[in-house]
Amino acid sequence: MSPRSDIPLHASQLTKVYQTGEVAVHALRQVDLDLYAGELVVLLGPSGSGKSTLLNILGGLDQPSSGEVWFYEQNLTTANQRQLTRFRRDHVGFVFQFYNLIPSLTARENVDLVTEIVKDPMNSAAALELVGLGNRVDHFPAQLSGGEQQRVAIARAIAKKPAILLCDEPTGALDSVTGILVLEAIDRVNRELGTTTAVITHNTIIGQMADRVLQMTDGRIADEARNTQRLEPSQMQW
Amino acid sequence: MQALNRKLWRDLWRLRGQILATAIVMASGLAVLINSLSTITSLQESSQAYYERYRFADVFAQVTRAPLYVLQRVAELPGVQSVSDRIAKVALLDVPDFPEPVMARLVSVPEHGQPVLNRLALLSGRWISSGHDSEVIVSQAFAKAHGLVPGDHFSAIINGTRKQLDIVGLALSPEFVYVLGPGALVPDDQRFGIIWMGRSALSAAYDQQGAFNDLSLSLMRNASADNVITALDSILAPYGAIGAVARKDQLSNWFLMNEIEQLESMSTILPAIFLLVAAFLIQMVMRRMIATERSEIGLLKAFGYSDWQVAWHYLKLVLLISLAGIVLGSLTGIWLGRFSTQMYSEFFRFPVLLYRPNTAAFAIGAGISVSAALGGAWGAVRQAALLPPAEAMRPPSPPVYRRGRLADSRMGQWLDQPSRLIIRHLMRWPARTGLTTLGIALSVALAVMSLQWNDALMHLAEVSFYQAQRQHAVLGLNEPRSTRVLAEVSRLPGVLASEPMRIVSADLSAGNRRHRGGIQALPSDASLQPVYDINLGPLRVPADGLVLGSLLAEKLGVRIGGTVHVEILSGRRPVFDIPVVAVVDTYVGMPAYMNLTAFNRRMQQRPVTEYINILLDPAATEPLLGKLKAVPTLASVTLKQAAVDSFHATINESMLIYMFIFSMFAGALAFGVIYTSMRITLMERGRELSTLRVMGFRRAEIAYVLLGEAGLLLLAALPLGLVLGYALVVLIAAAFETELFRVPVFIENSSYAYAGLIALAAGVCSAMIIRWRLNRLDLIKVLKTRA
Ligand SMILES: Nc1ncnc2c1ncn2[C@@H]1O[C@H](COP(=O)(O)OP(=O)(O)OP(=O)(O)O)[C@@H](O)[C@H]1O
Ligand SMILES: [Mg+2]
Repeated sequence: MSPRSDIPLHASQLTKVYQTGEVAVHALRQVDLDLYAGELVVLLGPSGSGKSTLLNILGGLDQPSSGEVWFYEQNLTTANQRQLTRFRRDHVGFVFQFYNLIPSLTARENVDLVTEIVKDPMNSAAALELVGLGNRVDHFPAQLSGGEQQRVAIARAIAKKPAILLCDEPTGALDSVTGILVLEAIDRVNRELGTTTAVITHNTIIGQMADRVLQMTDGRIADEARNTQRLEPSQMQW
Repeated sequence: MQALNRKLWRDLWRLRGQILATAIVMASGLAVLINSLSTITSLQESSQAYYERYRFADVFAQVTRAPLYVLQRVAELPGVQSVSDRIAKVALLDVPDFPEPVMARLVSVPEHGQPVLNRLALLSGRWISSGHDSEVIVSQAFAKAHGLVPGDHFSAIINGTRKQLDIVGLALSPEFVYVLGPGALVPDDQRFGIIWMGRSALSAAYDQQGAFNDLSLSLMRNASADNVITALDSILAPYGAIGAVARKDQLSNWFLMNEIEQLESMSTILPAIFLLVAAFLIQMVMRRMIATERSEIGLLKAFGYSDWQVAWHYLKLVLLISLAGIVLGSLTGIWLGRFSTQMYSEFFRFPVLLYRPNTAAFAIGAGISVSAALGGAWGAVRQAALLPPAEAMRPPSPPVYRRGRLADSRMGQWLDQPSRLIIRHLMRWPARTGLTTLGIALSVALAVMSLQWNDALMHLAEVSFYQAQRQHAVLGLNEPRSTRVLAEVSRLPGVLASEPMRIVSADLSAGNRRHRGGIQALPSDASLQPVYDINLGPLRVPADGLVLGSLLAEKLGVRIGGTVHVEILSGRRPVFDIPVVAVVDTYVGMPAYMNLTAFNRRMQQRPVTEYINILLDPAATEPLLGKLKAVPTLASVTLKQAAVDSFHATINESMLIYMFIFSMFAGALAFGVIYTSMRITLMERGRELSTLRVMGFRRAEIAYVLLGEAGLLLLAALPLGLVLGYALVVLIAAAFETELFRVPVFIENSSYAYAGLIALAAGVCSAMIIRWRLNRLDLIKVLKTRA
């Protein structure tokens, strides 16, 4: 298992153990995973199976108890806080279930928050355009619907043109119509920018838009399936 | 309630920094309050007991020489209880191993034992014995300053004759709790002392056999001191009375009571500032806490907790914060009070000045603190108690932000997003932003006030010792002498220049306003002791007419051009009306100046003088002083340098420590406000900051959002604080203004700068703690929960 210059994210033998008092919770057990350039991966699995834990470790938010994560030829497991911050800043975009927008900044300003601190970002208006919000740039989060807020969050995540986009239940708080709009934005970013994307969801149908679907149970990747054909989000229904 | 109490303890632990910061602010106010109140009680109780036990008189009078049979008439005055006559004089002493002449007040006591009034507290040694007229009892502070003990000797020039005196005892007297020598601004136990001598020895020395020159009266309960004084003055007028004074105007007692009054004004203004700010901080914390726990409150209510139970839960937290403040404040107050009492015992001489931390002070302090805390929390807690459960369960509507004028102006276009974040947040809660700024500004004001004490007193010393007085020493003659004496004085080796000066007791009145004081007469070209205005500098003494100090002019209600009725209380006791020709501003005293020539004319005397101002050759000062010790016609020698030195020594001893303590309190206040404000912002924005961290912002970059906000508040607070500081100084100077002196409103730029630095340092301390907390932000937690 060695780093490879053509694999954006390479994880091997990842374990994560939460020690709370007497009980040790094994959130991840020897997980091996590669995310290939430009692919869209969907992670499915029951609640508590370790999906978020895995994603947070891949995104440099958390450190595994053992095992290694490589971003191309950079070993993230030996990186310090400063280097991890640098990694997230330059290469990772995050989207979460609860949007996590800054309420005191408008849509454009939320995106600017990112474009101001990275090299060669997208124009923030273009990023909002890409998620279909070109006409709502000056609205505050409180003036936007949940789906619109989530799309602002996506614009904010991709405006830096990240190598990797990590989405943890991006549609979890949305109804199906709005959810599809959000997934379309993610799909478009993945196709047009070639961003390596991982999406966590509880909704198996969403797996149809992926190149690969990973099934997690009890801290392991129990099953892996490759789709022969990716569906457009608009073709999906639930 | 078990589970709720557990929540309370967790909240306490989580908010420990916050609680401590608030408690410190509260404690500072409480400490000042307890210190003032308990010192006031100590001084009041000690003086009351002292006065009673040692029969401190109610009325004091001085004459040149009155026969003893007059006493009978005085004793028969209605309202008079007892009469105590004696001989009292000022004399020069020659104390071994002390180069300068020393002044002392000689006071006669009966050889057989205690006088009727103004008894002595004999601390060591014994009473004088009759037949040994060289035996004296010496004031303890004076003896201590010179290392004298019973059995030691020194000599005195008593009415022109050098005499050896033997110390047999050391004592204190209720008359001399606070001892101020002539020309001094602060007590100087080395250069002024009290000597008690046998009556027969003193009356023989001053030719007062069968007579007295000093009288003390005690009055019956309910007797009017004013009526007695009027009657007494008319009885004593033929004997050279300079006008009797009531106890409240007796110098020592006046200073004591004035100190108590000042402590009283300190005990209201300063604690009020601290407690108001503490109430505001509690208000902020409780509001924030209840906003965060909205849904929990709704849940509790849905489970059936009553409004009162919910309110009580939060009130317990408030009470615990108060408790922390009260404990901390009481301990600091006790310490400070003990320190103050010790300090006071250096200036106010009591047989015992015990520090008794009185329960009332603590009860009052605790009561006020709890009220302030509850007052601060009231609105927030009420809101929690009255929150309908259904509404509480719903998430609060998100705060509505608007594009502000500032952040979107042309200049605002240049702002980066984190700066915009700061500005929008500050603008979103303008009241809170304003009050926080005010809180920090108050701490700066307090620091300005603490630091300016030194400036003001140094300025006072500079003006009164150097600008208003150019002489090096003032010689006092034992009686008015022809101005020809000046020529003799000028011939003394080391004397470079000399000028006459008269100070004569007088009653001044205008309409029905009266003032018992004196007239200071100066030659028209006076330069060693000029008429001095604190704004205009030295002025020429007008050929005739009266120059009044502004406080006196105000007291008499006269202006330039008005007329003052003058009754001179010595010599031929002339009475005349005289126009006011000028009014001058002064810091010390209520002077009334006249031209010496005109004054002597009005006194129907040939040119005479009581005082001589001299300029000395520094190289020849020591031998001259040695010579002066033996000049029989001298009653007093006041060296300016000595007065200056003792003034500075006193300030260094007492003032600097208080300045330091109060600056610390000011710093605590700044810390409390800044820390609370940052902590609350952190609570409100923890989620946003974590999100920024997730997005790849560095620690320093998110710290900027918090610290930048605090910095902005501090920046706004500084100028405001300096202005408020000036206002506070004016307020306190006005509260402290008395007839004897007023403290100048004078603030050095460096004090403003240090006051700002104190607030900045408090800001840096808070920032470091907050920075430490920021480093512990849980990035993952915020991602799992809804805003
Ligand atoms: N900070 C923590 N301390 C202790 N245990 C934790 C912590 N975070 C997660 N866990 C545990 O680790 C396991 C995996 O959690 P994780 O959040 O990765 O699950 P998930 O697959 O994302 O679930 P869901 O679909 O509900 O979001 C769970 O059993 C959880 O209880
Ligand atoms: Mg999860």
